[in-house]
Amino acid sequence: MNSTSVQDVHGQTRPALARLRAAADKLVNPVRFMDICGTHAHGAFRSGLTTLLPPNVTLLSGMGGPACVTSQGDIDQFIDVCRRSGVTLCIHGDILRVTGSHGTLEQSRAEGADIRVVYSSQDALRLAAAEHHRQIVFAGVGFETGAACTAAAVLDADRLKLNNFSIIASHKLTMPAMRAILESGDVPIDGFLCPGHVSVIIGAAAFDPIVHEYHLPCVIAGYEAAQTAAGLARLTELVARGEPALENLYPQAVTEHGNQAAQVIMDKVFAAADWTWRGLGELKGSGLAVRPEYARYDARSRFSLKTPVAKEPMGNRCGDIITGRATPLECKMFGSACTPSHAIGPCMGNSQGACQSWFKFHRTRHLRKAQELA
Amino acid sequence: MTAILDDPDATNHRPVVPRLTLAQGSGGQLSDDLFISCILPRLGNRVLNDLLDSAILPGADRIALTIDSCVVQPLKFPGGDIGRLAVCGAVNDLAVCGAKPLGLALSLILSEGLERSVLEEVLDSIAATGAEAGVRVVTGDTKVIPRGLGAGLCISTAGVGAAGPPEVHPGAIRPGDLILISGTIADHGLAVLLARDMPHLRSAVRSDVAPLNGMIHRLLDEVAGVVFLRDPSSGGLAGVVVDIAARTGLHVTLYEKDIPILPHTRHAADMLGIDPLEVANEGKVVVVVRPEAVDNVLDALRADKYGKDTQIIGVVGTEPDGVCDLRTEIGGSRILQKPYGEQLMRIG
Repeated sequence: MNSTSVQDVHGQTRPALARLRAAADKLVNPVRFMDICGTHAHGAFRSGLTTLLPPNVTLLSGMGGPACVTSQGDIDQFIDVCRRSGVTLCIHGDILRVTGSHGTLEQSRAEGADIRVVYSSQDALRLAAAEHHRQIVFAGVGFETGAACTAAAVLDADRLKLNNFSIIASHKLTMPAMRAILESGDVPIDGFLCPGHVSVIIGAAAFDPIVHEYHLPCVIAGYEAAQTAAGLARLTELVARGEPALENLYPQAVTEHGNQAAQVIMDKVFAAADWTWRGLGELKGSGLAVRPEYARYDARSRFSLKTPVAKEPMGNRCGDIITGRATPLECKMFGSACTPSHAIGPCMGNSQGACQSWFKFHRTRHLRKAQELA
Repeated sequence: MTAILDDPDATNHRPVVPRLTLAQGSGGQLSDDLFISCILPRLGNRVLNDLLDSAILPGADRIALTIDSCVVQPLKFPGGDIGRLAVCGAVNDLAVCGAKPLGLALSLILSEGLERSVLEEVLDSIAATGAEAGVRVVTGDTKVIPRGLGAGLCISTAGVGAAGPPEVHPGAIRPGDLILISGTIADHGLAVLLARDMPHLRSAVRSDVAPLNGMIHRLLDEVAGVVFLRDPSSGGLAGVVVDIAARTGLHVTLYEKDIPILPHTRHAADMLGIDPLEVANEGKVVVVVRPEAVDNVLDALRADKYGKDTQIIGVVGTEPDGVCDLRTEIGGSRILQKPYGEQLMRIG
């Protein structure tokens, strides 16, 4: 039969785990590593890797997927624009169930808004070329990987002279967020598992300041279980040896200085701006605003969208979960008021989010343990 | 049609939304919510409440009745089309309840402006699939609705069958029983998703849509020890296995390394960020068997062209926790849950 198993095609996970256990045995104190991209956490849960980690090694879910940190205000703007007559909003599926101040895009779609789930900004561009009578707005959510694609779509729209295409940029930059987490006080992190895909764009060297200024090891790894395990093994070895170093375990895709063509495109269309993150508040220079030269592709100005003032829901500990201060189980809303089908925090609404991963893959087990303890 | 809640606590907190969302028709937990909070309180009765793929009507003749609606877009997709789907959906729902199809009723809802050639092609496909399954369309209804109100062509198919012996029922499942799947998973749902949302992309993923009644009836006629059958359509393999755990209240263990999946299907799922365990199948059946019968069941299924890739993928345990535990390829584990709503492509 021409079939393979679901995970671990190359059988590399077991040797990586063996290395991780050997390194963990040499640790004096338990270690907590934080991932930066939710795909690492999601993959670790999905592959069962989290159940195989040595007891003294913890993988903290950091920011989660980009949707996890999209503020209510940005969601409110998406909802505002999709309710306009003649507008089609193209989104990534991740943000369909993320709550704004008043409901979700999923509810807006049920109420008649034309919302299409697309795979990339190019799909939205194709739609704009095909449907001249509609205004196509692309909701640009994502870190540098997505931002480069959105910037490319804007340049393509300009080249094709598409006057019915625009974007709402809600893109975020990785480094300011990592700094914000580290600067936010007493954060118990021993190292970062750095995201493979983002690093393809920004380059390995981007993480140098974390190593030099904060003396924390950074290891760039891909998202397969074997790659994640290898990344954690290397981080543990670096901690055990007291060597805060930067290592790139994903050299087949990540170069020292990244994809410079993508960086040029991004810089052409966007300029760094202060941006509000869900759970973290406003972070200096952490977002990307459309440059004035391309303002005609900025849906915020095209549709005169109001700058939103949105409050985070009370009792929601997204910020603590993002910064590693709390696990999802410590949030009062987890699994009761906040579930994947009614996500208050975006970490629950998004399949990459820490809370949804806990809910989907571990909740029953943890609840059972809690019951036993009680 | 299945509706077992694996998570009543969370459901109690879900707000009632005033308008339906697409996710409520996806076969996941949100579909269950709608069913339990809206439909069952109004229409529930002893037969409906059993929530099997077909209703077994009380009476001497043991008639099985089922209905299945097809709203798939596009109407044609790699490996199949809406006509083949409409026949297979009803026939398979009868077959997994041990019923032999006696006839199909077809309701066609057509949109004004639909090209006649499209309709003819779909009807030809219905005829060909019916011939393969050995069942005919014996009654029907046709409506044409104004342009813009429908999606071009929707089909509801009701199937009537002669029910077999009553042993095939989830109530018969007990610890030690083994769980089998008749072949590769996730092909149908991904083939349709790719054809619908990424038509510019060329892919080798093909729907598995097929009538399974021949294979299933040979199995039930020739081999003893088959306890329960269900087709893992919407909600995927995860939906069925989680239901088995919830219905029996027993611990179910599934072994990821044994679950057959074609490499290109797996890659497509990985690319889109979709869990293949949650993706719909239309030509597969999950079979629960007594351990002593497993060799005979494997032989019988593998002898059929639709069952040649049958694998043992799990076991029903003794622990009375109603949880489905997936042992992952790398030796870890995770709790399986029913999908929530429709499959969403993630940020690429």
